[in-house]
Amino acid sequence: MKFFDYARATELSEAIGEFAKPIAGGTNLLDLMKLEVETPSRLMDINHIGLNEISPHGDGLRIGALVRNADCAADLRVRRDYPLLARAILAGASPQLRNRATTGGNLCQRTRCTYFMRLGTRCNKREPGSGCDAIGGVNRDHAIFGATEHCIATYPGDMAVALAALDASVQIEGIDGSRQVSLRDFHRLPDGDPHLDNVLTGGEIITSVKLPAPVGGKQIYRKIRDRASYAFALVSVAAIVTLDQGRITRADLAFGGVAHKPWHDPAVGRALIGNEPSDQLFSEAADLLVNQAKGQGGNDFKIPLLRRSLIAVLREATGIGGNDVRNL
Amino acid sequence: MPLNPPANFRVNGKACRYSGDARRSLLDFLRDDMGLYGTKKGCDHGQCGACTVIVDGSRVNSCLTLAVMQDGCEVTTIEGLGSPEALSVLQRAFVTHDGFQCGYCTPGQICSATAMIEELAQGWPSHVSADLNNPVPSDDELRERMSGNLCRCGAYPNILAAIRDAMEAAR
Repeated sequence: MKFFDYARATELSEAIGEFAKPIAGGTNLLDLMKLEVETPSRLMDINHIGLNEISPHGDGLRIGALVRNADCAADLRVRRDYPLLARAILAGASPQLRNRATTGGNLCQRTRCTYFMRLGTRCNKREPGSGCDAIGGVNRDHAIFGATEHCIATYPGDMAVALAALDASVQIEGIDGSRQVSLRDFHRLPDGDPHLDNVLTGGEIITSVKLPAPVGGKQIYRKIRDRASYAFALVSVAAIVTLDQGRITRADLAFGGVAHKPWHDPAVGRALIGNEPSDQLFSEAADLLVNQAKGQGGNDFKIPLLRRSLIAVLREATGIGGNDVRNL
Repeated sequence: MPLNPPANFRVNGKACRYSGDARRSLLDFLRDDMGLYGTKKGCDHGQCGACTVIVDGSRVNSCLTLAVMQDGCEVTTIEGLGSPEALSVLQRAFVTHDGFQCGYCTPGQICSATAMIEELAQGWPSHVSADLNNPVPSDDELRERMSGNLCRCGAYPNILAAIRDAMEAAR
């Protein structure tokens, strides 16, 4: 690990506008510092500035940026009104990591692309302009949506995928004041500058995540991974589906493990709304979703996997059919 | 704001202070500065759980937090849970059920399980809970909740039996 100086903020004002790298749970940052992928010259410990409560906000909830993932998933209001969020958090990492990882830090976690994490390989995210060894390399874990010739990495988290389906927003504080960004616009596609994971600029800090009023419905987070626990998603589906008089009235969907950001395609939800649930409808919606998908070779399997996962989730959400979607 | 302030915290009830190179992980501090060798370094990247300790009641990977970040915290290691003369209920159960072979992961397993039992008592759900509001401590639940602690010897069945035994003894 490269040498750095350490500072400990005791209030938010000390932490914003700083060139220092904020550290909260540190579960991703310290890992990357050990690998010397991250080499900050100064760390700003923000664990003592508050922002660690979940409180009502209008008809919704405000989750402080320093609320630990474990506490968020265990919160009775989250469990009752936003089960999708609790499910997504519980599908990620290990209990030890969830006890440290925070709401804001989780949003800022970096890709687990093996090339990004290994010095000595070319990676435009780690070293802008150097190239991308994942393209044409071992790319089983990589993106099928929104990738560019500069970067095919994925955003690895689960929590943010649920937050995208829930249409949450991110509250950000900087020296010029505060701003609010939709979670769906918080993370970026790689475009030509994949070293930028999200829209935060230097010196800005996430202060909270706001959840809109609860919408009820059937809420499902399905994560497909190489082992049953403690692994990143190959693909994941976050879904909120409501039915009224036999027709779908709400279909808020987001997908993980498939892009540089939680993937949200409003056309897929629109294709479902107003219709009676059926395998044909679900197949058409899933086709619409994967229509623009592009594999890199090693990850081609993600396209049919995502398609079938969406169909299976829609079946479960609407109570039709079983779990066997091989023929759809 | 002063740079590189010291951290004052407690380890197994004993007051201690760290001021030095900020790169020191809590794990290295416990082992090399405190001489508490029970806590083990496995992967040093938060993947294996061998370094699990309890900080303010929560189980954490001590390799992924810094000594300077523990200011005001109460850290409990395997040495703080019991002693050879007075084993904790879980320590005793691991011996009874042969919950290890090489023993390298065992301190982490026991620290993790100690806090896990408390999480269950608080009603915390897990990924495999059918009902988020009413988790049932099935074998699947215990396995899922212990998935952050790897055992290369594969003593999982006996680890599970030990934890179950300790939970029943506590009831």
